[in-house]
Amino acid sequence: MPAPATSPASTALPDALGRFGAFGGRFVPETLMDALNVLAGAYAEAQADPAFRAKLQDYYANYVGRPSPLYFAERLSKLVGGADIYLKREDLNHTGAHKINNAIGQVLIAQRMGKTRVIAETGAGQHGVATATACALTGLECTIYMGEEDIRRQKLNVFNMRTMGATVVPVTTGSRTLRDATNEAMRDWMGSSEQTHYTIGSVVGPHPFPMIVRDFQSIIGQETREQSLARLGRLPDAVVACVGGGSNAAGMFYPFINDDEVALIGAEAGGRGPNSGDHASSLTQGRPGVLHGSFSYVLQDDDGQTDDVHSISAGLDYPGVGPEHSYWKDCGRVRYESITDAEALDAYHVLARREGILPALESSHAVAQAMKEAPALGAGKVLVVCLSGRGDKDAYEIARLRGEPMG
Amino acid sequence: MRSPTVNPPHSSENVMNRIDALFTRLRSQGRRALMPFLTAGDPELEATAALIGEMVTRGADMVELGIPYSDPIADGPVIAESYTRALRTGIKLASIFAMVERLRSSERVEAPIVTMVSYAIVHRHGVTAYLDRAVSSGVDGLIVPDLPVEEAADLCRLATARNLSLIQLVTPTTPRDRALKIIASTTGFLYYVSVAGITGERRELPPELADNVAWLRSQTKLPVCIGFGISGPDQIRQLAPVADGLIVGSALVRRLRGAAERPRAEVVGEIGGFVEELARALTLT
Ligand SMILES: Cc1ncc(COP(=O)(O)O)c(C=O)c1O
Repeated sequence: MPAPATSPASTALPDALGRFGAFGGRFVPETLMDALNVLAGAYAEAQADPAFRAKLQDYYANYVGRPSPLYFAERLSKLVGGADIYLKREDLNHTGAHKINNAIGQVLIAQRMGKTRVIAETGAGQHGVATATACALTGLECTIYMGEEDIRRQKLNVFNMRTMGATVVPVTTGSRTLRDATNEAMRDWMGSSEQTHYTIGSVVGPHPFPMIVRDFQSIIGQETREQSLARLGRLPDAVVACVGGGSNAAGMFYPFINDDEVALIGAEAGGRGPNSGDHASSLTQGRPGVLHGSFSYVLQDDDGQTDDVHSISAGLDYPGVGPEHSYWKDCGRVRYESITDAEALDAYHVLARREGILPALESSHAVAQAMKEAPALGAGKVLVVCLSGRGDKDAYEIARLRGEPMG
Repeated sequence: MRSPTVNPPHSSENVMNRIDALFTRLRSQGRRALMPFLTAGDPELEATAALIGEMVTRGADMVELGIPYSDPIADGPVIAESYTRALRTGIKLASIFAMVERLRSSERVEAPIVTMVSYAIVHRHGVTAYLDRAVSSGVDGLIVPDLPVEEAADLCRLATARNLSLIQLVTPTTPRDRALKIIASTTGFLYYVSVAGITGERRELPPELADNVAWLRSQTKLPVCIGFGISGPDQIRQLAPVADGLIVGSALVRRLRGAAERPRAEVVGEIGGFVEELARALTLT
């Protein structure tokens, strides 16, 4: 059950140093500080420019296909029992996930700043595809860093990125997943920031990235709020989203932060179980520390070394989380839970059979959490799940896990 | 917030920090400092101790000791891989400090030792715990490459109270007004990063490097040392006239690849030889 709020969460954050309460900030080499300051200035200017906002709106409406539908999953709700479950269909966006909301916004900023090249890290490949897409759309050069293990798990997205003209650089260091791809992207940016913008893919990293990504993703929560009021005449009772770095969740939650009657629940990757190395539950099992330029909950050993993590879903396979989530957790405004690989896989199949929707494995964590929440909430209540992406990219991996490889 | 009037366990107010003493001496002799960088624990910690002793004997004035970290974003492949090799040996911070303590007590190594350490590690151990142990083991200063000046106020105050130097970095991307802020909270020496980018040897260093360092030296009494990209004696000769000291990292660490499979004495001798070559280049300029 939702913990009582220990202190009200403010929506007026971050402060000038990029802090959300104790969390956030900038823990990066001096070499990047000027680029971050320049970016913060350019971002503020863009947001104050009606022409920029109009252009972004136009892309959202006519290119991405926004607003995304709020769909009543009636057969799922019947099966589970209790609250009515609605799906916020980010999977229907162009490129198949919420990542495009942020990628287009940031690439437009890069273009305004006169950058000629864009780099990004990607885990599941959805942010990589979204960035490659936005670069094809604007004519900017694009390089995507992706861990070798993720390249294996997410072949379709790699193929699509390359088709759109992006260079995909395999990262072979460390665990060869999202965390290592993020290191490589930051290293590239250390030497290239003059002509290159780093389009970070989640609400992580040094200020101003967590704020920028949250703002661009907030379209999810804003639409959900409006759709809910228009359709149901009220706000939902609970909202659930999966949390990797935390961008779809931040975008979904932020517009509801001041609506105390709306319970906000984040679902992290519980992996194979609670032992270190078997999961990626930074908020529910980690502790405050520094990773990738920000102070936030992190999975780290007693010596400050980042733990190995695991998740069935490449997009949640990350040992850190955005600083605003750490703030919301400590304020008690958002409740964070952990969903195992098996529970996510089960939810994936339930949604496929019951609703004819193949969710991304990341989003399947949110569906699994919703299946636990709905009966507890009870009949007559409304629960919205952020269906952050579609599952096409995961078909090969799920077939392999089922022992029926597609070849 | 802790009170600024902490009584540090091992500070001796009237004793000059080894780094300050070194630069005072070198300046009076018209000499520059040679500062090799090594990863603690690559190939393993006993070898690091032997390497430090050897480097100091063969001309190193100060040693920069890299504390291995799992996610170093300022480091190129050579040092990042070196960190990985060290971490694979299961090395812990406690054993690194114990090694330094041993060098100070039984080996009588007197050259200044500075740790290069991610704030992720300092924070996990606790700032005061880290600093106290650094002092008690005989470390003289620290470089925290992922702690920009905005976040460094507490660390600067607590380090200064312990007579530990907090060496901060200025880079080619640092605006000049910002550089002045960094200078104001730096002790020991100012670290000028020669290139905008990660650590690693460079064939060419930027043409504006000398001007930038000259400007910094006109703004502060602190010694200004140049690091990142320096690959060998030629660049040492080129840069020595403009700086108070030169830091050589990747060029040295690269020579430790595969060192675990070789006899210790051979590796130590080879690194010593390289340091001697660098030291000779420095004194002949
Ligand atoms: C469909 C989908 N959902 C969620 C995520 C996790 O990212 P975040 O927590 O930033 O939304 C990803 C990341 O790749 C994704 O592709």
